Amino acid sequence: MSVVTNTTTIGAIEAPSRRNTELALLGFAVAIPVFAYLNVGLAIDGEVPSGMLGYGLGLALLATVAHLVVRKWAPYADPLLLPLATLLNGMGLVLIWRLDQSPRLIATSMRLYKSFSPDAPSQMMYSAIGIAMLVAVLLLLKDHRVLQRYTYISMVAALVLLLLPLVPGLGSAVYGAKIWINVAGFSIQPGEFAKIVLAVFFSGYLMVKRDALALASRRFMGLYLPRGRDLGPILTIWAVSLLILIFENDLGTSLLFFGMFVIMLYVATERTSWIVMGLLMSVAGAVGVASFAGHVQARVDAWADPFACAKDVAACDQMTEVLMSFGSGGILGTGLGQGNSDLIGFAANSDFIFATVGEELGLAGVMVFLLLYGLIVERGIRTSLAARDPFGKLLAMGLSGAFALQIFVVAGGVMGLIPLTGMTMPFLAYGGSSVIANWALIGILIRISDTARRPAPSPAPNPDAEMTQVVRP
Amino acid sequence: MNKPLRRVAIFCGLLILALLLRDNWLQFVRADELNSHADNKRVQIERYATERGNIIVDGKPITGSVDSGGTYYKYKRTYVNGPMWAPVTGYASQVYDANQIEKLEDGILTGNDDRLFFDRTLAMFTGEKKKGGDVVTTLNGAAQKAAFEGLGGNTGAVVAIEPSTGKILALASTPSYDPSTIAGSDDEKAWVALDTSKEKPMLNRALREIYPPGSVFKVVTAAAALESGKVKDIDAPTDTPEGWKIPLSTVPMVNHAGGCANASINEALRVSCNSVFAKLGDDVGVEKMNEMAEKFGFNAEQFVPVRSAASVYDKKADRGGNALSSIGQFNTATTPLQMAMVAAAIANDGKLMKPYMIDQLRAPNLDVIKQNEPEQMSQPVSPENAQKLQAMMENVVSRGTGGKADVNMDGVKVGGKTGTAQHGEKNAKRPYAWFISYAKTDQGSPVAVAVIVEDAEGVGREDISGGGLAGPIAKSVMKAVLKSRG
Repeated sequence: MSVVTNTTTIGAIEAPSRRNTELALLGFAVAIPVFAYLNVGLAIDGEVPSGMLGYGLGLALLATVAHLVVRKWAPYADPLLLPLATLLNGMGLVLIWRLDQSPRLIATSMRLYKSFSPDAPSQMMYSAIGIAMLVAVLLLLKDHRVLQRYTYISMVAALVLLLLPLVPGLGSAVYGAKIWINVAGFSIQPGEFAKIVLAVFFSGYLMVKRDALALASRRFMGLYLPRGRDLGPILTIWAVSLLILIFENDLGTSLLFFGMFVIMLYVATERTSWIVMGLLMSVAGAVGVASFAGHVQARVDAWADPFACAKDVAACDQMTEVLMSFGSGGILGTGLGQGNSDLIGFAANSDFIFATVGEELGLAGVMVFLLLYGLIVERGIRTSLAARDPFGKLLAMGLSGAFALQIFVVAGGVMGLIPLTGMTMPFLAYGGSSVIANWALIGILIRISDTARRPAPSPAPNPDAEMTQVVRP
Repeated sequence: MNKPLRRVAIFCGLLILALLLRDNWLQFVRADELNSHADNKRVQIERYATERGNIIVDGKPITGSVDSGGTYYKYKRTYVNGPMWAPVTGYASQVYDANQIEKLEDGILTGNDDRLFFDRTLAMFTGEKKKGGDVVTTLNGAAQKAAFEGLGGNTGAVVAIEPSTGKILALASTPSYDPSTIAGSDDEKAWVALDTSKEKPMLNRALREIYPPGSVFKVVTAAAALESGKVKDIDAPTDTPEGWKIPLSTVPMVNHAGGCANASINEALRVSCNSVFAKLGDDVGVEKMNEMAEKFGFNAEQFVPVRSAASVYDKKADRGGNALSSIGQFNTATTPLQMAMVAAAIANDGKLMKPYMIDQLRAPNLDVIKQNEPEQMSQPVSPENAQKLQAMMENVVSRGTGGKADVNMDGVKVGGKTGTAQHGEKNAKRPYAWFISYAKTDQGSPVAVAVIVEDAEGVGREDISGGGLAGPIAKSVMKAVLKSRG
């Protein structure tokens, strides 16, 4: 008689997918912006805004589509990422619509361009494209590890994207920063997409080279110095970010890329010396460029003492308006639709949209928004921790790190913590490229988290189980 | 890879924490400073976001608000007869801030004052639009009109006070300006023109300009002489030789009038003898002279509540300087308001009431938030001496240099004093014509006036004497007040 023992006794316990949690949270993520929309309408016109039904239904439809796709194709995804992004996107739409109602901004636009077109409908369209992007990522990218194959293609793509604004006839400079290109009547900010593509390249490259970078090094003054040939990529990235800074006048993007690279390098190699080197190089680069490029110099002046230079420099005037907007909000804010953040004028609904949050929702509102962003970053890093493959870990970390840096650079810039840079708050600010790219980013994080949280596949039945029998004579 | 991951997670947390801290610093610690910053247009936007309250004279508003349709400032200030009332109202401009009552009572006029908190809260619930409260002044429309029209094209100022209460009845200054012209957001040209004009139309001469008072100051010297006991009988001759020499100098005091030798104080005031009053001032001494002047309000700014310039009596003057100061020369300088206060104190039997021009502040629903009550400021002279001074001043009008100021009304006695103040290098410029006066009925004195006319256009040098130029203006202002009282 033979005793057959099956080694696969640990059955796969169905892990909770948390899809219903996500659905409930999405309900709030749609309801809150709808109430905010109502709030703006009542404050400005004293009546329920006519577009409320369409707006609410539109947002709900987008959220439903995204939810169903996640439920079907990424059932184990993190349940917070989608509701958080939806809430921020919805509130961004409300804030943009609120600024569309400003008679001051309308009058300024009429004076400068002889026409005024509201931005909220376009932003709604971009949001729809963004959700489509999310759906596309989830449908086409069944496994994030596929991206590993495109490591070097990503590098080339990222460089092309970054350099596009410099191509004559294609790039266009707006207020000093050359970060837009014009294609078929649309203004696109390639930098937003380059962020994701670069993260893919870094992850692929570092996954392969991490051992060489971590182990083959000389010890010097307590620091592990890498070999020259391993130093190559970091120097390349440093040079590229400096080039962006110099030729495109884009302080924020270069800081973002370089910071993202240093973080990923540190995570991949576990060597603190990379951070020290990275910081030294960024300080050297920043000081070097700041002393040459007038654009950057002006930004630093505006940051150091905005009220002193506001008399003659437009950039400082903008900064003082933003600061006074925050200050006028106080603790609870004026209430949606009742502030004067439109005094900022140019870019009030893109680069400076956070000032509207500050003035109309106050300290309380700003802290809520910062914590919402903080939660997205936290969920991203958690995904990275949970990921089982190094590529997924690095990619999730790179994307969430870049997201965190972008929040810090933009919010810190408008609040006067660091010099102002030309970047926008993800999801809140008006701009197609930003919304679409950030939805793609969320899509990738959802995909990685789905893979990470998916229950481990049950081991294949051991073919030897049948063969190796204890035969008792 | 998880250890560095956790560290990076902490780093990202610190980034968010830094943002949270910065935001608390910006929106909590610095909120007030940023909110009330001079560059913050929200202050102005708020000021003109709702219909501004009005400044009221005789129950009728002399200001208004129109919906300007601007995208920055909704309402714009308007003024009824702006040039006439400008010294009272000041201006409220969308660009150039505000001054005088418009600035001092801005909280009431915009409705933001803490005292209006209850009204605001109530309006929030009833859904009414926020409105500003009103400022009710003590001014008398007829008197102001008489003063402003009397000054006409001349440069000068008029202040009229109700002696028994200190209420300001008229406050005129010419040349004036229309605050409506600088109320809007695109009035830069008008502003620059006013601001750089040589005529200084925006200067409130009634409160802010100090002039040498000349002979009108002799009333103060007479008061000091009576109070100090140097003179007891106003009709007794004084020991003053013709050609009395100024102390510490060999120059004799010049009299423009005859019969000043040993003239009584009553006669000396009637014909305005310099020698008699210079000597009296010298006899009284700089200390007592200064004490009397300060009791009348000299050497201090007055707040009515608009701030006035401080009138000057030089307490450090030597004997010669003091003698000259006693006839309103040397360093003595006074605002028109100050001289009106002197006339009012004498007319009110020696009691000086604190001058004020805001009677009450009203909430939008007409509730009185604050009622200003008359307040005694000092008692420069005793009632007996005040009556002696009245007799002397009435003598000036009935038989002396102030004849043109007599209102010729039954039961009304008018007292006054003329002055012709020299100024400029070697007195080369045309002198200032002064006149102070009061009218008195058996129910007390309803009005005291001070008038100054600077170098009047087209008038010969000889013609400039307080009585001739300024007297008729004082007369018409007093008449207007007497008539409005019925």
